[in-house]
Amino acid sequence: MTTPYPQQGPHPQGAYDSPIPVRAAHLGDALASEWTKIRSVRSTLWTLGVMIVLMFGIGLLSAVAVSAASPEPPEESVLSLGFFGVLLGSICVITLGVMTVASEYGTGMIRTTLTACPSRARVLTAKALVFFLLVFVITTVTAAIVGALQTAIADAGVSSGEDWFRATVGAGLFVALLGLLSLGVGALIRHSAGAITIMIGVVLLPLVLALFMFSESLREVQEFLLEYSIPSQLGVLYDTPVTGQGPSGWEPLWIMAGLAGAALAAAYLALDRRDV
Amino acid sequence: MIELEGLTKRFGSKVAVDDLSFTVRPGVVTGFLGPNGAGKSTTMRMMLDLDNPTSGSVRIDGKHYRELQEPLKYIGALLDAKAMHGGRTAYHNLLCLAQANRIPASRVAEVLDTVGLTAVAKKKTKGFSLGMGQRLGIASALLGDPEILMFDEPVNGLDPEGIHWIRNLMKQLAAEGRTIFVSSHLMSEMALTADHLIVIGQGRLLADTSMADFIHQNSRSYVRLRSPQQERLRDVLHQSGLTPVEAGNGTLEIDGATTEQVGELAAEHRIVLHELSSQRASLEEAFMQMTASAVEYHAHSAPGHGPQWAPRDKGA
Ligand SMILES: Nc1ncnc2c1ncn2[C@@H]1O[C@H](COP(=O)(O)OP(=O)(O)OP(=O)(O)O)[C@@H](O)[C@H]1O
Ligand SMILES: [Mg+2]
Repeated sequence: MTTPYPQQGPHPQGAYDSPIPVRAAHLGDALASEWTKIRSVRSTLWTLGVMIVLMFGIGLLSAVAVSAASPEPPEESVLSLGFFGVLLGSICVITLGVMTVASEYGTGMIRTTLTACPSRARVLTAKALVFFLLVFVITTVTAAIVGALQTAIADAGVSSGEDWFRATVGAGLFVALLGLLSLGVGALIRHSAGAITIMIGVVLLPLVLALFMFSESLREVQEFLLEYSIPSQLGVLYDTPVTGQGPSGWEPLWIMAGLAGAALAAAYLALDRRDV
Repeated sequence: MIELEGLTKRFGSKVAVDDLSFTVRPGVVTGFLGPNGAGKSTTMRMMLDLDNPTSGSVRIDGKHYRELQEPLKYIGALLDAKAMHGGRTAYHNLLCLAQANRIPASRVAEVLDTVGLTAVAKKKTKGFSLGMGQRLGIASALLGDPEILMFDEPVNGLDPEGIHWIRNLMKQLAAEGRTIFVSSHLMSEMALTADHLIVIGQGRLLADTSMADFIHQNSRSYVRLRSPQQERLRDVLHQSGLTPVEAGNGTLEIDGATTEQVGELAAEHRIVLHELSSQRASLEEAFMQMTASAVEYHAHSAPGHGPQWAPRDKGA
């Protein structure tokens, strides 16, 4: 009835020629794709929206409280009042970072994504870049506006240029790097709830553990946990370290960059080897 | 053209795909048939470089999938209808795929129109019915206007109109010279669409043949008859060189005979017949016979089997 293989002569590419030209796609195309993805889901709006609300709410309330408590302008920079808002907001960033990769596994979208772009490195790089830039810009801009309002409310006028730089760009970089660490963990765990729980543990557990280390023999461990826990490192950027030692200046950023880099490298290796 | 060579996949001790070698050729619809758990989906995932083969290789026009620059323009695949983000609209789900392969955004509207989803383009895919999800998956496969198309059970969840539509779509795509590779567990479905047939069971290749050959070889025609004088009838048939076979319920089946021949023979010897009919074994039967030894999940009919809740020492 049907001829099984119509003879088509030497056609190594098959007989069909698509009118859509084949060119080489590159990282830029993957970036465009990931940008479409991140802006077309609700979770982005929710997580970043809640973060902005937290940063504004906590930052402004504490500034009002400080100015009401003492009639004289405070000695310290009021910018340090932004700390708690950013710390709580970072939980939102952790959630978004994890979801950026893990939700693709949850929905099965990852198969479609990797069929369209088989280079695991390109997909991961594009996701990381888009997420990092988005979080960095949002956090930095929000921190700058909150800082300006805080200065207006509880004017101290003592904030130096360096204070400003660390409380805005510094905090923005720190939070975005923490988000990248979460993104890497999300790619390794491939399960949203699991990865978010792990990341919240990473942020909170060292401090909580340190609180319960009464024994003298554990003193060194306790100090290490206090100094290097993620909230303490963020505090360093606001000149409010928990203890006198530990990281100082811009060091928390290098530490966080190292952690994020390691998580992403592991995620890349895992993505390259594992079945999807 | 897709070439598989010694493709093997193990999950732990379980061999899901076992040394598969075959070629999917352009210009025809190739049906990929096998019972549940035969390894069809696993094979397709390996073709797309989603699962890593334990050994063996897949070449697409001579290249490994990862070497394809813009794979959607070479090969479009519908793996499983839910491989989309439910919180994203149909339009955005397709747009991000198009962007990754430099496919113009206008193409998204085109394929949505082709599959009939234009009206729900701005709706979140979470609320889509099974059939709509399937159509969206087909739209994503068509996005790059590829020369190779791969569908894993595309008729799953489609209504009769949808089934008819996808059948014609596949034929039309093949007529344009494209390579179509489509899996199914329904032989009857394949008989309507496929030109070539690849059958697997428990991961092993059972048949690689043209549909026409398969039909020719497997649609056995025979005569069925019933008679109250069976003993005499048998003798008469044997004397004329026919070999009746007992087929249960007092019926006899004779291969390679015609109803005319048998009817006249019975009349000549004045034997009463209660039934005389010409039969054709269905392709489904042929397929079931072929894969019988390779079916992994046997169902057990409930009645007459006693309690089914007794613990079994071996899994079903
Ligand atoms: N990720 C996995 N881990 C372990 N075993 C798996 C995995 N994927 C598939 N298998 C096993 O491999 C075998 C083949 O499965 P596969 O899904 O490829 O079959 P199929 O032919 O597509 O079946 P169906 O017709 O039901 O879709 C099955 O026994 C299945 O249990
Ligand atoms: Mg399957």
